[in-house]
Formats: sequence, C-alpha cells, structure tokens
Amino acid sequence: MREPEPPEGPERAEGPGGYDPVGPRRHEAISPTGQGGAMDLALEEAESLEKGPGPGPAGGSGAQEKARSLWSDAWHQLRRNPVFVVSSLLILFLIVISVWPQLIASGDPLQCDLSKSQQGASPGHPFGYDTQGCDVYTRTVYGARASITVGICATLGAALLGSALGGLAGFFGGWSDSLLSRVADIFFGIPVVLGGLVFLSVVTSNTVWPVVGFIVLLGWPQIARIARGSVITAKQNDYVQAARALGAGNGRILLRHVAPNAVAPVIVVATIALGTYIALEATLSFLGVGLRPPTVSWGIDISNAAPQIRNAPHMLLYPAGALSLTVLAFIMLGDAVRDALDPKLR
Amino acid sequence: MGRYVIRRLLQMIPVFIGSTFLIFFMVYALGDPVAALFGDKAPDPATAARIRKDLYLDQPLWKQYLHYMNQIFQGDFGTAFNGQSVTSLMATAFPVTLRLTIVAIVIEVVVGITLGVVSGLRRGRSVDTSVLVLTLVVISVPTFVTGYLLQYLFGVKWGWVRPTVSPDAPFSELILPGIVLALVSLAYVTRLSRTSIAENAKADYVRTAVAKGLPRRRVVTRHLLRNSLIPVVTFIGTDIGALMGGAIVTERIFNIHGVGYQLYQGILRNNAPTVVGFVTILVIVFLVANLLVDLLYAVLDPRIRYA
Repeated sequence: MREPEPPEGPERAEGPGGYDPVGPRRHEAISPTGQGGAMDLALEEAESLEKGPGPGPAGGSGAQEKARSLWSDAWHQLRRNPVFVVSSLLILFLIVISVWPQLIASGDPLQCDLSKSQQGASPGHPFGYDTQGCDVYTRTVYGARASITVGICATLGAALLGSALGGLAGFFGGWSDSLLSRVADIFFGIPVVLGGLVFLSVVTSNTVWPVVGFIVLLGWPQIARIARGSVITAKQNDYVQAARALGAGNGRILLRHVAPNAVAPVIVVATIALGTYIALEATLSFLGVGLRPPTVSWGIDISNAAPQIRNAPHMLLYPAGALSLTVLAFIMLGDAVRDALDPKLR
Repeated sequence: MGRYVIRRLLQMIPVFIGSTFLIFFMVYALGDPVAALFGDKAPDPATAARIRKDLYLDQPLWKQYLHYMNQIFQGDFGTAFNGQSVTSLMATAFPVTLRLTIVAIVIEVVVGITLGVVSGLRRGRSVDTSVLVLTLVVISVPTFVTGYLLQYLFGVKWGWVRPTVSPDAPFSELILPGIVLALVSLAYVTRLSRTSIAENAKADYVRTAVAKGLPRRRVVTRHLLRNSLIPVVTFIGTDIGALMGGAIVTERIFNIHGVGYQLYQGILRNNAPTVVGFVTILVIVFLVANLLVDLLYAVLDPRIRYA
C-alpha cells in the first residue's frame, strides 16, 4: 500500500488533453467525480500506472535476473503479497458461494416463519432471524449472488465500453477525442446516487439488468478517461513508431502494440471499481430503487432491518458485515495488483 | 486570467446543457409526470390531456426543455407536489444542507489533514500502516451502514446525541450526520495529504529549513504543511459539490430536511419540477466549485499561470 510519487510532469493548469473541468490538477493524481471518495481512490490508483514509463515495463530488474515480462514479473510479486493472497481467496470463496450457495447454507432464503420474527441466534441458525422470520444466515449467503452478479456484469460492461471508446479516442485523437471528453464531463456532472434514483425509479423490472445497465451508463466515462490517458502514453513509445515505419496498419498497431501495453491501468481501476459498484448496488437497493424482492440482496435486507436496529441489531450487522467485507476484498485486490504492476514502487 | 475565466465559462455551457437535459430526459420522457399526479388512480383521459396542455407537456421534448430553461432563468422553478413553489422548498432545504456540508468539510479538514500529516511524517512505521488500513476499511463500509451503526451506538445505546435532527437543524445536532457524510472523503483527504507530505518532506526547502536549525514544529507547520496542502485544498473545493448532492442517504437516515430529503421526496412522488430544479442547481454548484478551485489553485501555487 505504498503510495507512488506523483509524476513531475510539465506545468499544466488543466487535466491531460486540454480543457477538463473536473480533470486532475498537477499535484493531484486524479480529480474527484460524482461517485464519491471510493471511486476517486480507484482512479488515483490507476492513474499512477499510466504516467512515467520508468525504467521500461519489461526487464526492469536489470542484469541480475533473467528478463521477465511485465505480467510474469507482476505475478511473481503478487504471489508473495499477503494482501493479494487473502483478498483473492476471499473473492474466490464469494464467487463459489454465489454460484453454489447450497454448499454452505442448506435452507431456503425465501422460506420464513413469522413466529420466529426477530429472534436471536439458535442452534442451526447462527445469525438469528429477521422481521419476517427468515434465517439471516441463509439470506446473507444467498445475497452474495446478486451483489457479485451486478458487480461483475457492471464492471465488464463499463470496462469494455469505456476502454473501447477511451482507447479509440486516445489513439485517433482529433474531434472524436474532444467529443468523448465533453460527453464524459456531462456524466461527471450528475451525482451518481441521484442519477440512479431518477433513472431506476421509472424502471419497473425485477431483474438485475436495469441496475447493471445504469451502473455501466454512469461508470464508463471514468474507465474511458483512464484508458484514453493510458493509450496516449503507450502510443508515443518507439516500438509503435517502429511498427508504423514497418507498414503496420492502425488496427494492428492498436491491437498488437498499444493495447497490451495500455491495459494495466484499466485492469486495476476495474478491480477497484468492482468493489465500489457492489457498494453502489447496495445503496440503490437500500433506497428502494435497485434490486427488488424477491431477489435476495444485502441492500434490501439492510434496508428492512434498519428500522428495527434497536430491537434486533443482528439483522443489520450480518448483511452489512458481508457487504463491507466483499467491497474491502475487491479494493484490496486492486491495491495489490496496482503495487505489482507499477515497477517504480519496487 | 480574465480570458481563461471567460473560456472556462463558455466551455461550461455545453456541460450544463448536457447534464440538465439528461436528467430532464429521464424524468419527463422515461416517467410520466401527469400519471404521477393521480397517484394510484388512472387519470381521466380528457383531464390528463388538459393538464398536459396546461403544463406544456404536449410539446416535443426539446421544446419542453427550452421552455423549462427559459422559465428557470426567469426564476420560476415550478410547483412541488404539496403546492409549494420549488423555490420556497429550496429556500428551506439549501441552508440546512449547507450547514451539513460545512460540518462535514470542517471534520474532513481537521481530522483528515491531522491523520495525513502524522502518517506522512512517519512513513512506513506502524502508525502509517494502521492509518492506511483504517482508510481502506472506512472506504469499504458503505455510508448507509456507518450511518445506522453510529446512529445506533451514539444516539440510541449510549445516548450522547439526539438520534435524529429537528427541522431547524442547528449545528449542534448536525455533528454526527456530518461525521457520517465526511467519512469517505475523510479517508481520501488523509491519503492525499499523506502522499503530499511524504513527497515534500524530501524537498530542498525542507532540508534548508532543518539545516537552519529551525525547530521541527516550525519546519512542519510553516514550510512543509503550506506547500503540501495545495492538492488537499483543491480536493476539498471540488468535494463541496459532491457532498451537497451525495447527502441523500445521510439525510434520509438522520431525517434531515435538506436537499437530499426534498430530492428523495420529489423522486418518490415523481414530481418533475422538484427533481429537475434541484438537480439544475446542484450541477451549477458543481461546475462553479470546479472553476473556483482551478482559480484558487493559481493563487495558492504561483508556479501555475493561466494564459
């Protein structure tokens, strides 16, 4: 979790690429967005990657060791990092129980017994019962599925859309680049919870897809900005000039030479964004516009438990703990990956 | 400087139009404001058509938007669901949210910078590591969880503060909500000032100050802190806009009748003028705060020159 030194770039009053009303300033790694501090941190982590090429991505370790590629080098680094090991084991566990929740929870999350409403822990039901008399443990386990689904789908969507648009804009520049920056500014101007309330309150669907769609809609500009900056840095390298001199076309240069060297920051920001998207889904569900019953979701459970917090705090604490742990795991994973991919931090 | 401000103001216009049109589109085109007026009952078609005509809703969307913006610039924000004008709702809501924002910012500045300075000066030690872990944990716990937890612990269990805020919302009742609202930004301020302090501690002017024999306290407060706080100040400036719009969850938990509360009510009742009006003001606050921060940055750091 060491912080990188901010790059000493040329003096610039605005963000990279001209006008940028919410762009980062010189000493600031990344500017704040409407998504709040967590997302700002995610962007800060990734932005540090795209700046100085440093000693060069590959072979940074010099003569003592055999030259390794950035990725195998990063993998060697990661395996020795306890933060990475712990968070990836946790994430693996979460993915397994979201696919097969019956592995550790034998009950049915929708089967409830009103006579047991708000009762505390009892044998076989370690987390007690909620207001409807449902087993809190079973519901907490089953709630992982909604969160992980929304998190992974939204991140995939936002990362693909954002890196495609941002990468193309950064590679070709010109009017498409300016257009992308303006469109991104428009999305940055809208506070994210507010936009979610407005957008999702008019949607009447019981599936996770409107929530995923909304998060992609507001999430892609951040990733596009990272991808754009990263591609602009990568395309100035000598090997790109060499490839062009050898007669390679735009498509080949972009896919074979620029993309593999520009993808690292996008991966880091996407990992951390996954955690923040899960928190965002829970917030929207909490406000009553995200996922809807009968979908089992931590946000809904917390929202239902909140008025009863005086009588039965356990109903709130367990789903809230699971949610926080999940978000923490993804943010720590992103942090560890960032550390491994940034050669300057060694 | 003057030309820069004019250029920035001109460039704000498309962003302002885009953001407000997006919200306008979501509210008026995706929802149905007339049907919302009737609640659960189905509206009589003739009455609905009449209301549509009266409210200018039978026109194409872009005409509605132009009409709406025209009205807004004449100071007419329309009528809220309870018959009050939206401007009077704003007059009661914005002062409350402004007070909440001030409390949150003060907490961010005092606690965030203190923690950042302490951990930045002891980089790599146990204090530093625990502060970093703490910020990670704070970021991971969503606002609505910390809100309910702190409300339960301080307001209900130990009874140190009132769990909910009265309609007047004096500063003394806003301390706990302010802490909840500030927490995530607080973590960011801590990390930002830590990085900045650790970077500047190696600068030549700090070494000179130490070599002159200045006491450590003076080196830190006069030389180190002054230069390291520039990025923090700029972050806090841009955070004002985010805090004012992002208080929906906090205001709901603590029953604060501010901007977030009114917006939430407006969205629940599908009252278009309230939602679009408040969002328009928030977008303006966000854009102006960003511009002011950029200008402030030039004042704080003389190396930056705007041509």
